[in-house]
Amino acid sequence: MQAPGLMAPTPAIAADRDLRLDLFRGLALWLIYLDHIPSNIVSWVTIRNYGFSDATEIFIFISGYTAAFVYGRAMRERGFVIASARILKRVWQIYVAHVFLFTIYLAEIAYVARGFQNPLYAEETGILDFLREPDVTIIEALLLKFKPANMDVLPLYIVLLILFPPILFLLQRAPALALAASAAIYAASWEFGWNLPAYPHGVWYFNPFAWQLLFVFGAWCALGGAERLAPVLRSRMTVALAVAYLAFALAIVLTWHIPRLATFVPKVIADFIYPIDKTNLDVLRFAHFLALAAVTVHFLPRDWPGLRSQWLRPAIVCGQHSLEIFCLGVFLAFAAHFAKVEISGGILMQVAVSALGILIMIGTAFLIAWYKTAEARKPDSRPKPPNADLAGGEA
Amino acid sequence: MKTLLAVVLTAVLSAGPAFAAEPEPCDVPAYLVVGDRPLKRVMEAARQAKRLDIVVVGTGSSTLGGADGAAKAYPARLQAALQEVLPDVAVTVRTYAKSRQSAAEMLGNFDKLLVDGVPSLVVWQTGTVDAMRGIDAEEFRSVIDKGIEALHARGADVVLMNMQYSPRTETMIQFDPYADAMRAVALEREVPLFDRLNLMRYWNDTGAFDLYSAAKDNALASRVHDCLGRALALLVAEAAELEKSESKTSQ
Repeated sequence: MQAPGLMAPTPAIAADRDLRLDLFRGLALWLIYLDHIPSNIVSWVTIRNYGFSDATEIFIFISGYTAAFVYGRAMRERGFVIASARILKRVWQIYVAHVFLFTIYLAEIAYVARGFQNPLYAEETGILDFLREPDVTIIEALLLKFKPANMDVLPLYIVLLILFPPILFLLQRAPALALAASAAIYAASWEFGWNLPAYPHGVWYFNPFAWQLLFVFGAWCALGGAERLAPVLRSRMTVALAVAYLAFALAIVLTWHIPRLATFVPKVIADFIYPIDKTNLDVLRFAHFLALAAVTVHFLPRDWPGLRSQWLRPAIVCGQHSLEIFCLGVFLAFAAHFAKVEISGGILMQVAVSALGILIMIGTAFLIAWYKTAEARKPDSRPKPPNADLAGGEA
Repeated sequence: MKTLLAVVLTAVLSAGPAFAAEPEPCDVPAYLVVGDRPLKRVMEAARQAKRLDIVVVGTGSSTLGGADGAAKAYPARLQAALQEVLPDVAVTVRTYAKSRQSAAEMLGNFDKLLVDGVPSLVVWQTGTVDAMRGIDAEEFRSVIDKGIEALHARGADVVLMNMQYSPRTETMIQFDPYADAMRAVALEREVPLFDRLNLMRYWNDTGAFDLYSAAKDNALASRVHDCLGRALALLVAEAAELEKSESKTSQ
């Protein structure tokens, strides 16, 4: 079925899940949570304040990587149909999770909207008009066209996974061709302005035609691409370039925080880099993510002993249950906003909800991990080694 | 990031011996209100013609309701604050504000609005409605760009003003792409940006104003608009290099 050596992962690598993926996905989930709490002082620690890309890029890339890792094995062992069915089952779970979150969102804002009469915000209150026509709003939400702020990632993930079976099929046979096709779709979406429609106006905040590049690139890396890139990543030149680019991005981003510094950006550079488009995954964002990844991989080897340390366990466990923890994070961000509106929006409150939210995410992740291990344990057999659970972890 | 900086700055400043218990009524940090891009026509009008016409083109957030709303909204406060800086210049600020207009709709109305003559300065307040409707941010950007070009072609200086900080509706309206677009266009076109979003957020974070309040509090709204008008006057004065004609100390 597969030319030996083309896929190339040595058995040791294939059998063992790369804990760095879980670690960074877990960290990305925390950062996404912090970024989703509006006006949160703690979110100054998140990477979007120091460069062009943010936690979303990390999340989508690693999701592509793990999806290829998990479903790729299923496709090799059980065939295309079974693997596709498993992927679609996952899509359904994510869709249900999205609708569930939307319901909570509706309840929250309907409550917050009640009695909102501040004369400063007569205009902004108009955003609540959609509550008056739930028939339209709910249908559009079920069609994934109405996506309130902060609820854009799951619909993107749904579309990416629906299209994943044929992509995975191609990736296993002609990885270079699959990656080239993905890049072509990315370029075409820029050239022809492809995107999916949103309700009531506009297009998707995360354009799936553009963001698929990151997902497919992640999948490509999982299916042997990472090994092919290894010599490039080992070179000092690559690391130097990556560090230089990260420093450049940091300097540019600083001028956003301190407007007075903007005069130091030469006009030629400003004309060249702006706008930095998140919707269509700007090339500068993609490059920033690549640079981050290159530096990370260089300085954090796969067998770094710290990955086994207790201190990183919380992030790793969160990363291993990413769908549950992501949804919990979206819910907790709503709850945090609610607490800020109803109790106090002060800095102390921002710190408190940030810390509490992450603690709840960690606690839940450990609970899920414990349950999965307990469930897998047959009454008369000895517990499985925990590694089996990790290696078979979710996509 | 900004908030942290603000908090640190505030903490450092308030640790000084001259610390007064009451916060400043209009605390306008210099790093947030920046007039480092020139307003040449405003400078000429104030220095030579001794006459400064300003037009505010905007939406609902450029107005306040009630009988005395027009006098208390920020355009009138801008006029008062500028008049204070320029006692021998005739300063007038007119407002053309209509609720629920996108940037594109306002652009379509520029002809009608400027029929009474081209002012020295147009303050273009926009972004809120486009964000609420979820209009494509790229489209929004090109509309702003065209609008500035059109106003410059007519001989008016431009100041862009972005959205209000509205904490209660923050999870419902995604402002960032639109604020980013405005910042980028302002940079490209070398036009000052009045960053109302971050200024109001700063006021909320430092406790100057409680913008979370849901109550129908007209006094709060008036105070916020007064400070917005003063802050905008500071930006215009800096960008047009206007200095107080008399050597009175500003209060």
